[in-house]
Amino acid sequence: MYRLRLFAVRHSRGFEWLYRRLERLMIGLDPLFARIGHDRVEAPVALIERGVKSLLFDCRMCGQCVLSSTGMSCPMNCPKQLRNGPCGGVRPGGFCEVKPAMRCVWALAWDGATRMEDGARIREVLPPVDHGLKGSSSWLRVSREKAAALREAREAERTALARAFPAAREIEPATAPLAEEPPRAVSQEVRK
Amino acid sequence: MSPADQDLGDSFPQYEAPPPGHVSGSRLERVLRAGKFAVTAELNPPDSADPADVLEAARPLGEVADAINATDASGANCHMSSIGISSLLTRAGYGTVYQISCRDRNRIAIQGDVLGAAAMGVRNVLCLTGDGVGVGDQPGAKPVFDFDSLSLLRTIRTMRDEGLFLSGRKITRPPRMFLGAAENPCVPPHEWRPERLAKKVDAGADFIQTNYIFDLPVFERFMARLRDLGVDRRVFLLAGVGPLASAKAARWMRSNVPGIHIPDAVIERMEKAAKPAAEGKRICVELIQQIREIKGVSGIHVMAYRREHQVSEIILESGVLKGRVPQRRRSARPRPAPV
Repeated sequence: MYRLRLFAVRHSRGFEWLYRRLERLMIGLDPLFARIGHDRVEAPVALIERGVKSLLFDCRMCGQCVLSSTGMSCPMNCPKQLRNGPCGGVRPGGFCEVKPAMRCVWALAWDGATRMEDGARIREVLPPVDHGLKGSSSWLRVSREKAAALREAREAERTALARAFPAAREIEPATAPLAEEPPRAVSQEVRK
Repeated sequence: MSPADQDLGDSFPQYEAPPPGHVSGSRLERVLRAGKFAVTAELNPPDSADPADVLEAARPLGEVADAINATDASGANCHMSSIGISSLLTRAGYGTVYQISCRDRNRIAIQGDVLGAAAMGVRNVLCLTGDGVGVGDQPGAKPVFDFDSLSLLRTIRTMRDEGLFLSGRKITRPPRMFLGAAENPCVPPHEWRPERLAKKVDAGADFIQTNYIFDLPVFERFMARLRDLGVDRRVFLLAGVGPLASAKAARWMRSNVPGIHIPDAVIERMEKAAKPAAEGKRICVELIQQIREIKGVSGIHVMAYRREHQVSEIILESGVLKGRVPQRRRSARPRPAPV
């Protein structure tokens, strides 16, 4: 709905706060999603996401949500679906070249970004949309990605010693193991 | 003898590494890096399949322009393609700016076209979003917009500098092209236009050609902000100008062509003039002379739609070339022209 969309941009900071909470929740739930199976949770989560975001942002379910980098103004509503700023055809008063009755999505975006804590993200160059991901849940994609990054960071910490002594690991593998240790192989007293 | 074994002849473009300190073999790049005030001009594309029509349209521009822009169905109106025009122009020895609009082709077509154009000797490319299909002569066409101008810039930069398609597949001989983008300083959102230009430079733009500048105070504010951001030192900016034909034509352009801002004062001046065409030319010359003095402007881009015959006079009267002769038509093998 156009008026709700304008409301979202006016309250971009509030929505930024709200989304951060949601994102944290989704990352926390990721192990659960993994256990159920990401494929199985996809449809119900996408359904909820579609309902919420189409109401608030006129979301088109591109599956690669960038609202946090576009002042909470969805770039898929731009008739040219530009992902990196307004075109050169914006009309006086900030109206759309193609749909003269609509405010330019990107004029709104820049406006919304100024109110956000992380508004500077609008300056990053974003890649083109992958049309193969249309209709899928962006929330799940983000939580999978962030959870994977967290796992990777933990893994990097755990394997730092092994990677610092590559030759030792090669000749005496037991001195710098990369592989996960089974719990019984480790002295519980020392670890505590 | 198979065709591949034949000598392809002197008029055929060659694959060459760019000169040191340059990203392309472009004459426009050499002129700009040498600190000279550059001139580019837009060609009115023919509705014809005759190469002679392209050469005839190029002749009045080639005398004064370092590169000629081949538009890509501007205003969403169908004409000869920019890749066809650019290829013909390079064969005739002209520097050319190959315009790509994101409106009509997807990423597969565009990346292939970039290689094709580079192979034909095209050394400058201007990445554009493109006007919506609704304003053109075939409003029922499907708008593509697979890329936007920034993802297009980043894609061609990746092709050129990393030697990769966006898919990650390797390009054996990368396209050596000088990358351009457009900016429209005089339309909303004014306060964000300089930031958007900075973003285009981050995406890969080496030079900028702007839309028409008729409103000098607005353009000066825009340039001041660019200098504050330090962007003027990272990119060459060519300001867009053009002669108006009459007050009526100016009004029509303002309300029918997307992205054109002409202040009332300019239209009034045209209205009062006894000879509107001459007045349009005078306004254009004055604008060039004023724009040239603005710090951070590296050249001008003349868009004289259906007034191509005036381009040469306008440039010579403005004095920006200072006696420099930009285009030398080559007679034989392609050779870098003296700057």
